[in-house]
Amino acid sequence: MFEVTTTHYLVVSFLLFTIGIFGIAARKNMITVLMSIELVLNSVNLNLIAFSYQLSDLTGQIFAIFTITVAAGEAAVGLGILIALFRLRETTMLDGAVELKG
Amino acid sequence: MDFLTAHGADILFYLFAALTIVGGLGVVTLRNPMYGAISLLLCFLAVAALFLLRHAEFLGMVQIFVYGGGIMVLFLFVIMLVNLHRLPEIKLFGGQSPLAGVIAVLLLAFFGYFLIQFQFGPPLAQPEAFVAVEGASLGNSQAVAWNLYTQNLLPFEIASVFLLIAMIGAVVLGRKQ
Repeated sequence: MFEVTTTHYLVVSFLLFTIGIFGIAARKNMITVLMSIELVLNSVNLNLIAFSYQLSDLTGQIFAIFTITVAAGEAAVGLGILIALFRLRETTMLDGAVELKG
Repeated sequence: MDFLTAHGADILFYLFAALTIVGGLGVVTLRNPMYGAISLLLCFLAVAALFLLRHAEFLGMVQIFVYGGGIMVLFLFVIMLVNLHRLPEIKLFGGQSPLAGVIAVLLLAFFGYFLIQFQFGPPLAQPEAFVAVEGASLGNSQAVAWNLYTQNLLPFEIASVFLLIAMIGAVVLGRKQ
């Protein structure tokens, strides 16, 4: 009855994905938005690992490594953009980045 | 005690799953980004434990090193670099948060429908697939490395070029004008 199955992992992954998407859409602070993107990438990794175990296939773990690589690059570039925005506008709020608004 | 030995892994799963969700909620709801970052660290470590419970030992360690070490230090460094002394006056959620709530509810409904529609049988339960290198049982790190360097060599090289591009981009964006 307590047996943990792939479905349990999917529930955790889906909840984390939804929390991350809500954070991306609702928060105004760019630092928090970047952290929410990390949450979404983590939930995808959880999904890959769950199905890797379900199918006894190593490919899911390999794919998760590439996801972590992309997450590291995304964090570096995103925080670089954040620093550039802060130098320009003295704020990290996304409302401050309205230079492109016509 | 028998219950603990029989269901130890399951109990650990529920514990770390709860920590993952709590950490994620903390990231989205806490006002101070510093607290959010610590909450994110909790989430990362709990996810690493969930990896360990699913026979992904190497990936669990990579999760702790790359997320818990590298990315977390990057976030904390940037939070300390930008001065956030005017935080309490600022609204937590923007005017678009009702729309975001609708999106979240729709996503949850879709996922619930998916979980009801698709039932998965018991796992294949061949743990040797995660430790075997050409028939020999060596270990998860060896198996991942073997797979990475034989079957997935081109994606691996592309990932290294991607990291170089990301590093150059971060340096160019972060330098003083």
